[in-house]
Amino acid sequence: MHQVDFDLSLDEISKIEGAAALDFSVKDGRVTKCRFKITEYKRFYTQAIKGKAAVAAPTLLARICGTCSNAHILAAIKAVENALQIIPSPQTLTLRRLVNHGLIIRDHALHLYLFVLPDLFNKDSLLDFDESNQEQHQLLHDAFQVKDAGNQLSILTGGRSVHAPFPMVGGFIKFPNPAAAVKVINLLQAIRPAVERLIKVFTVWTKTQAQTIPYLAYMDGRIRSTDGLDIAETQYRSHLQKKQLDYSQASAYTYKEGFYMTGALARLNLMPNPPAPFPSRNVYHNNLAQAVEILQAIDGSIAILAKTKFAPEPLVKPTVISGEGIGVVEAPRGILYHHLVIKNNVVTDAEILVPTGQNQLNIENDIKILVETHLQSEVDKIKLAHEIEVLVRAYDPCMSCAAHFLKINWK
Amino acid sequence: MAKLIAGWFTFTCCEDSTILFTEILNDHWQEWTKLIDFKYAKTLRKSAGIGPMDIAFVEGAISSDTQTAKLKQIRGLTKTLVAIGACAVTGQPSAQRNQFTPEQLKAIKPILERFSYNDKVQRLDEIVKVDFSVPGCPMDEIKFVELINKLCTK
Repeated sequence: MHQVDFDLSLDEISKIEGAAALDFSVKDGRVTKCRFKITEYKRFYTQAIKGKAAVAAPTLLARICGTCSNAHILAAIKAVENALQIIPSPQTLTLRRLVNHGLIIRDHALHLYLFVLPDLFNKDSLLDFDESNQEQHQLLHDAFQVKDAGNQLSILTGGRSVHAPFPMVGGFIKFPNPAAAVKVINLLQAIRPAVERLIKVFTVWTKTQAQTIPYLAYMDGRIRSTDGLDIAETQYRSHLQKKQLDYSQASAYTYKEGFYMTGALARLNLMPNPPAPFPSRNVYHNNLAQAVEILQAIDGSIAILAKTKFAPEPLVKPTVISGEGIGVVEAPRGILYHHLVIKNNVVTDAEILVPTGQNQLNIENDIKILVETHLQSEVDKIKLAHEIEVLVRAYDPCMSCAAHFLKINWK
Repeated sequence: MAKLIAGWFTFTCCEDSTILFTEILNDHWQEWTKLIDFKYAKTLRKSAGIGPMDIAFVEGAISSDTQTAKLKQIRGLTKTLVAIGACAVTGQPSAQRNQFTPEQLKAIKPILERFSYNDKVQRLDEIVKVDFSVPGCPMDEIKFVELINKLCTK
């Protein structure tokens, strides 16, 4: 261990969703301060939603985040439906699955190609890839083709990949056109080889850092963890503890008072018979897990679109006007919880837990481990700062989500 | 012809227009990257500071003095400033706290104070001169493409 003292601040971490910064200090060769700060300014949605019509809640709450907006819509719709005892039709559930597949393809592709891939090729930007290099040329063109297929699937099923206008409380207001569905199937089939190339790229990436932590995912209507938790979604809050950080604009969470991780890696780790190398404790495998999930979403979408004829159907009406509902979905970055209280069709209270808030403390701890590993040899601060960014990007954090408003009482 | 130097900046918002921009690139990246160098765009690359540019696309509303100073810096460095999306153009929905009740304001006050928020959220043209606007939540895709084409042929 090198007995060094230094401070390092990253004012702006690039190639992530939103604004984050980092401060840490090393004294006598040990990390004495490590603060991963979410610096995105809050827009106070869980206050703003109070007094708004329950049926309008998903549209407003989607504005918490541009990139995960469709996940917020789906979670808020579920929360309202659970509160007002609405049972959606099987076709609605199928369409929602497709909306989520579109989001997974588009969002994971954005993260992997635009944010992470430059790190693997020692480039600053995907747009700097060398067109005369066969592999880089191929990946550059793959990037926009894969993203486009996810975007088109989102448009077909949700009306738009950002703030989808078709999904509503009780169903959908527009339905996929059969001819357009065939075009999307063709697009999805066309990108399969590109996604297989992407999986290969991340399979051979040897970067490793592991922690022994629980991984949590929402599967088959249950919240499950790698340490044996298996609970109904309505029980989620009793297993998570909110932690207030005086340096971050977002609240953090612990599970059993410890760090945990949610997201693609958690989903693969909890999947029955996952493909190799999963289950994995290597945080950089979150990237590989995302690439695998793009392929799963492609195949799942093709299977549904090929066999399903969508027919217009009316929105299912509420049976009550007051209630409390929890809506949970697996967003691209992990478990997303929406909890709404509704009285006389108006939202009176709300709580939203986002994946990045849940991963925040684990990100911080991983940074600390990374820095302490670097302290084993001579420290190059520029290289270390870059390595920290690469690590943070592996989590695919979303600061827009994390900085929505939660009640905080500073001590 | 030299490429136009462009920047893409975000302030208080959900970054939906940034995401839409990356989706619009699916169709236009080959054409636009020949004409525009997206030199200052945190989503696309890491930049050490910012410098003179031809076009600054600015998404989001302004919540603090820090953001105001950054916006003024951008205005001072760019020939053309484009307000992108509803929050930049109208302030809303990021400015929804401007209409909060006293009870709601009391609930958010600790955060406003701790992180030095301004009392009101502002749209861009309340602070700097805006040359063009692309409204919408997210921004209007057709208007954005038309504007890029217009700026590239100027």
